[in-house]
Amino acid sequence: MTAIQILFYLFSTIAILSALMVVASTNPVRGVLSLVLTFFAMAGIWLLLHAEFLALILVLVYVGAVMTLFLFVVMMLRVNVASMREGFVRYLPFGIVLSLVIVGLIVVAIGPKQFGLTSMPIPPTKDINYNNLAELGMVLYTQYAYPFEIAAVLLLAAIVAAISLTHRKPHQRKIQNIGKQITVKRADRVRLIAMPSVKKMNVSDKPSGETS
Amino acid sequence: MAIAAAVALLPLAGALIAGLFGKKIGRSATHWVTIVLVGAAFLLSCYLFAVIVLLGHPPVEGVLYHWVVSGPFNFDVAILLDHLSATMLFIVSFISFMVHIYTIGYMADDPGYERFFSYVSLFTFAMLILVLANNFLLLFFGWEGVGLVSYLLIGFWFKRESAVDGGLKAFIANRVGDVGFILGIAAVLTYFNSLDYHTVFSQATHLLDTTMPLFPGIHASVITVICVLLFIGAMAKSAQIPLHVWLPESMEGPTPISALIHAATMVTAGIYMVARMSPLFEYSPAALSLVLILGATTCLFMGFLAVVQQDIKRVIAYSTISQLGYMAVALGASAYDAAIFHLITHAFFKALLFLAAGSVIIALHHEQDMRKMGGLAPYMPITYLTFAIGALALAAIPPFAGFYSKDAIIEAVHLSTTPGAHYAYFCVLAGAFVTPLYIFRALFLTFHGKKHYEGTVYESPWVVLIPLIALAIPSMIAGGLLIGPMLFATPRLLGSSIFVLPQHNVLATLAEDYQGAQMMAIHASQTMTFWLALLGILTAWLFNLARPQWADSLKKRWSYLYHILVEKYGFDKFNQIVLVHGSRRLGEFFYKVCDLLMIDGLFVNGSGRFIRFFANKGRRLQTGYLYHYALAMLIGLAILLGWFVLGL
Amino acid sequence: MISLSDFLIVAAILFGISIAGIIINRKNIIVLLMSIELMLLAVNTNFIAFSYFQGNTVGELFVFFILAVAAAEAAIGLAIMMVLFRKSGTIEVDKLDLLKG
Repeated sequence: MTAIQILFYLFSTIAILSALMVVASTNPVRGVLSLVLTFFAMAGIWLLLHAEFLALILVLVYVGAVMTLFLFVVMMLRVNVASMREGFVRYLPFGIVLSLVIVGLIVVAIGPKQFGLTSMPIPPTKDINYNNLAELGMVLYTQYAYPFEIAAVLLLAAIVAAISLTHRKPHQRKIQNIGKQITVKRADRVRLIAMPSVKKMNVSDKPSGETS
Repeated sequence: MAIAAAVALLPLAGALIAGLFGKKIGRSATHWVTIVLVGAAFLLSCYLFAVIVLLGHPPVEGVLYHWVVSGPFNFDVAILLDHLSATMLFIVSFISFMVHIYTIGYMADDPGYERFFSYVSLFTFAMLILVLANNFLLLFFGWEGVGLVSYLLIGFWFKRESAVDGGLKAFIANRVGDVGFILGIAAVLTYFNSLDYHTVFSQATHLLDTTMPLFPGIHASVITVICVLLFIGAMAKSAQIPLHVWLPESMEGPTPISALIHAATMVTAGIYMVARMSPLFEYSPAALSLVLILGATTCLFMGFLAVVQQDIKRVIAYSTISQLGYMAVALGASAYDAAIFHLITHAFFKALLFLAAGSVIIALHHEQDMRKMGGLAPYMPITYLTFAIGALALAAIPPFAGFYSKDAIIEAVHLSTTPGAHYAYFCVLAGAFVTPLYIFRALFLTFHGKKHYEGTVYESPWVVLIPLIALAIPSMIAGGLLIGPMLFATPRLLGSSIFVLPQHNVLATLAEDYQGAQMMAIHASQTMTFWLALLGILTAWLFNLARPQWADSLKKRWSYLYHILVEKYGFDKFNQIVLVHGSRRLGEFFYKVCDLLMIDGLFVNGSGRFIRFFANKGRRLQTGYLYHYALAMLIGLAILLGWFVLGL
Repeated sequence: MISLSDFLIVAAILFGISIAGIIINRKNIIVLLMSIELMLLAVNTNFIAFSYFQGNTVGELFVFFILAVAAAEAAIGLAIMMVLFRKSGTIEVDKLDLLKG
């Protein structure tokens, strides 16, 4: 067993176990942290596949930004931990059966028969000057320049959407309206009423209102 | 050509002026405008009559306007002015002119004065178009125009329910006939590819042996089918059994219009049409036989009904039906000239009778029941005299007009070889007894005997009397003047307009014995008809004036017979029960089953309910839960994968 | 050596786990979102594995775009969830049935 194989099985095991933790954990914070672990493990596998740039992106951007966002959100929301268990056992068999069926079918489709080493040999090792980042950049900024820009615009749109969705509207804020304060009229606040100035003797329980 | 068009269009102009501007120009201006225009039409038609008939100008035919051009068919507004239409023009415009004048007096205090004049002029226009048409379509236009305006006029007093019902009845009965008529026109168009009289008549001989499938397996001669269908139209218009029911009801209209409808125009349209179609009817002995038998039945049995009526106008109405029966008999016997001759004399004396009856009705403040009249003769001498002239003419007493025409018909039937002629001969002979019976009954009840009303009675104004006198003169002399040229001269007055096969030509046989009008009147005492008529008058006198109690005892003795007559042989009952109730039931059935159950229930509401039902079922699928949608997607994914992997 | 199918099987297992997560979880939308992230990760792994074994950089490029879209999706999904929580006070999937027909 070579070192690469050891690494592969190690990362795979970690990824699968932590993925299970994501699904099964009752505490959302723990779930998010497990997801982070899964990402780390998968980043290792991606490194085995010589996708260094993407593996780093996954860790830096995904784990560093997106997962952190998840963590923030989970912590901001009060989640009833006890209720998270409800229905878990009830739907568990069905979920397992369905996922097993799908995984089984996929495995049949992609098994060693189709994509084994005989049909898909390992590509030759790249020479020492090979640079994955340069290679990607070469394609991205020439042939795929427009999709790249579209992706950038998409991200911008996502930013705008996220902000506008969560932004609090002005009416929810309590601020001073200076213009309104200045333009107020006397009639808006003061009301004159005519009343008899003689106090009635038997009225004792009510306070007599002579001003307003 | 232009004059003939003017004859038809002048009354239309009058109708439009009176109808649209009547209220603005006032009552007197309205009647002046319409009377002057109709009078002008009358003068022009006199001129045309003189030119065409008397001076023998060849028939004029011309297109006024291309109405419809559809593929190979041309439908034109085209007129044909020959002997027949010129004669009819003269009669129609003359009677219409008289009625217009008479209306001034009769309708003097009616709020719908202008409207009435507009209708009458419009009616005249429609009838003139009918007469002048040179093709079936324009004939149908006039035919329908006459029907429409008759509906308007019968229901003229639309606030009276009976008037509205009468108008509706006339309209519906005429629709029944129109179905036959328009089918006949359609058959003509199908087999002749044209609607022009000229084309159709000249091709009639080619179609003698052609048959058409009437029902599966039953073939009938095309000409017979066409003739029978056309005659169904004529049956409704000319009130032959069983479509006569509308005519007595039409007495709900004002009296001038009864005169116009029943004397000169609408009811004679059917007779005119059959005479006009003589080149077709001649080739169909079956159709002629049908005309003959129906006419004979109508003639006798409607005469019986007139005997028991109490309303003076209804007596005259049933008399009209009976006289139309005579005309139909003449048509059936191929004596078309005699039919038109009787039409003319009848137009004079029946208009006279109606207008005289109207005069009585005005005098008694719109009282029409004869039991409430009596003894009017000294108070209304002119009306009495003219009514008596009309009655004598109707009763076929020589030398009044009716004698010549009716006698000619009876003799023609006697000689006719058309199947059913013997039955018809019996009917018309019996009719010769019944006719004087009812008309003199009306005369005696109205003008003689005891007074059955209160207050004094005055003679009607001159606008009423002038038309009476103007009509009384031709009622006296027209028969004697016209019989020679119309029936027995060669060529006859109507000339080539009428076509008769030599073997049917009964009038030619009659002509051999004809020695002049005076001789005919003198020899009347040798004919059975004359004595039957006298017997009829005598009977009427006996039962109504001399021995009224006999009539009562007869009524009691033959009460069931009397009952049948009063019930008008049950035609109205039959129509009411079978047709009206039947169609109502049918309508109700269709309403409940087809409309409510099927269309509303099944299709309209049903489709809604169907969609709602499935939507109700379908919305269960939309639970709104996210994981259900996700699950559906995943199951779909599993199925697709399974298909992809295992199905490869 | 490790064959292509080994990588693919790992990705498939991750995919299956995320499917089970979606079905089992009835309470917390966050877990749902995380399961979707897992799914995307499995798919990305597939792309990268094929890209490596076929010597083609385009697969990796695709992963690059998917990461961008996934980031946007996560951001907007979380924002929507925040609004939802503010409006209805819950993020339990069971209680969110506004779309019920």
